[in-house]
Amino acid sequence: MKNSKYLPLMATFVVFVLAYIICISVFPNMLSTRVAGNLLTDNAFLGITAVGMTFVILSGGIDLSVGSVIAFTGVFLSVILRDTSIHPLAAFAIVLVLTTAFGAAMGGIIFFLDMPPFIVTLAGMFLARGISYLLTTESVPITHPFYSTLQDIYFLMPGGGRLTLIAIIMLVVFAVGIVLAQRTRFGTYVYALGGNLTSAQLMGVPVAKTTIGIYALSGFLAGLSGIVFSLYTSAGYSLAAVGVELDAIAAVVIGGTLLTGGYGFVAGTFLGICIQGLIQTYIVFDGTLSSWWTKIVIGLLLFGFIALQRGLMWMSERSARNMRHASAAQPSSA
Amino acid sequence: MAVPTIVRERTPQLIVLVVILALNAIISPGFFSIEIQNDRLYGSLIDVLNRGAPVTLLAIGMTLVIATKGIDLSVGAVMAIVGAVAASLITSGYSLPATLAGSLFVGLACGLWNGALVALLDIQPIIATLILMVAGRGIAQLITEGVILTFNDKPELIFVGSGSFLSLPMPVIIWVVVAILAILVVRRSALGLLIEAIGVNRRASTLSGVNSRVILLAVYAVSGLCAAVAGVIAAADIKGADANNAGLWLEMDAILAVVIGGTSLLGGRFSLVGSLMGAMIIQSLNTGILLAGFPPEFNLIIKAVIILIILIVQSPASQAAMAGFRTNRHTVAVKTENREHAAR
Repeated sequence: MKNSKYLPLMATFVVFVLAYIICISVFPNMLSTRVAGNLLTDNAFLGITAVGMTFVILSGGIDLSVGSVIAFTGVFLSVILRDTSIHPLAAFAIVLVLTTAFGAAMGGIIFFLDMPPFIVTLAGMFLARGISYLLTTESVPITHPFYSTLQDIYFLMPGGGRLTLIAIIMLVVFAVGIVLAQRTRFGTYVYALGGNLTSAQLMGVPVAKTTIGIYALSGFLAGLSGIVFSLYTSAGYSLAAVGVELDAIAAVVIGGTLLTGGYGFVAGTFLGICIQGLIQTYIVFDGTLSSWWTKIVIGLLLFGFIALQRGLMWMSERSARNMRHASAAQPSSA
Repeated sequence: MAVPTIVRERTPQLIVLVVILALNAIISPGFFSIEIQNDRLYGSLIDVLNRGAPVTLLAIGMTLVIATKGIDLSVGAVMAIVGAVAASLITSGYSLPATLAGSLFVGLACGLWNGALVALLDIQPIIATLILMVAGRGIAQLITEGVILTFNDKPELIFVGSGSFLSLPMPVIIWVVVAILAILVVRRSALGLLIEAIGVNRRASTLSGVNSRVILLAVYAVSGLCAAVAGVIAAADIKGADANNAGLWLEMDAILAVVIGGTSLLGGRFSLVGSLMGAMIIQSLNTGILLAGFPPEFNLIIKAVIILIILIVQSPASQAAMAGFRTNRHTVAVKTENREHAAR
């Protein structure tokens, strides 16, 4: 039982190592901290929001609004920094409160109206995107000096690779996410919700609080991801980050988390992000392949992992049935 | 007072549609005027019917899928794939029938793929169709080799998107025919009932002899086919296949149309007529926002508000309250019980 719990995670790890070996054997230059640093920087915003998505999916839900929330955060920051003279740190705080409240509101609707998360967060997706369109439809550059200070912070890795601030933020978010999922009461509640809602309720899990907390967390991380994205691009654009929710979901699934909820690890999502990053880096190194190959390969990986999960579930169900048969047969034979 | 059942059941949708159309007429006084030019009807109302064709077609397939407690996220991507197939077939010299047959076949294959994942591998529909949603646009790019394939010199295919027949635009005729076919097939046979049975409880309906695998496969195949027709119309309309933008976010509009139409996302009951009205409501909104001179950005916010209202109306809590309101003749005890339920 313990083995099958870790098997999807191990499969992800094997795929990652294989993919990295293939990349290095084709392009030896990819084995450098420079490439690794860039990979982390380029995927920082995706990684942060994917941590939130992992919690949502672990609880058996889904959050389609994150891409729009990222765009909203960027637009909000760029507009507020352009039109007022408040410090970016204050703006960060305001926007994080807004996105967290937005997520909490969606969680509240999902719980109290007892509606599928899919359709509630779809409304959230439309709403957040619509509000950012209302703020501005143009791409607004962010020119605040504090932004360039933040962008210049990096940690020099051996080999000349730069671990930028936003990459460090992503790594910290992953570390906190792992602790939150594995070592706290909230994490246990999330797994319990995804495992079986009714049993969780009967066992005394505070379903309302946990559901709202999960979506608030996803909203908060989407906001943080939006801040990182605005640091990454130095601009706010209402059409940015379209489809990021799909990339985040893909990273979670490739990372071995069961989409029905209850099983999975935040660390797996990190591997999922790295695999997606590797595919992109390979395509950049190759130069002749189009970027849309990324989508096809991710689609294939998605299929592979979902099929693997199905196979595992089927096998564990069968072994459980066999065990039941065996234990039922035992007394009669004795 | 012999009001047909279909009208009575869909009164809320009908009222919403009439209100929106009336608002449109207030905004632009000539909204209801229809005139004939070159043997073809013109007017804002015809435009609503015409522009709404892709969402309407998607909504037909989506209704059946949602009735089985499923969802098909891939329809927008399938539209892009089929548009790319149609454009590349016609530009490489195939005749119109061959092009249409090839396009529909590809759509059917996409639908069967989704259906196989759901029915045979027992994968959750939202995830099964997510695969094609993610990979689909990449596949479409692969077919068009990364460019927007245009076919300005192929009037026979363009006719599908902007021609007219019996003085009605072709897209309108196509969706009306598909809708009538679908309604006849599911409501004049037991098929609709079987689909609803699967939506209520797949296990129970399988145990009582419904071949749920075949029906699920068929439902997703129909959704793929509808997406294919919509994809051909969309490509013919712009005289080209745009793998990036064809059908973008239309899966969301289609789901919204189905939900507005009164089909429950929890499966088990559906109304094709309702979905058609839902699609028309969405399209009249889009047209109205354009006519009012609002920036199209308002679209998204209005849609979000509509979803919220529907969610509140459809939620079990308010359903219980409604039930309590309707059954006045019941005893007080039942009523209070309902109220308590609603309060919770």
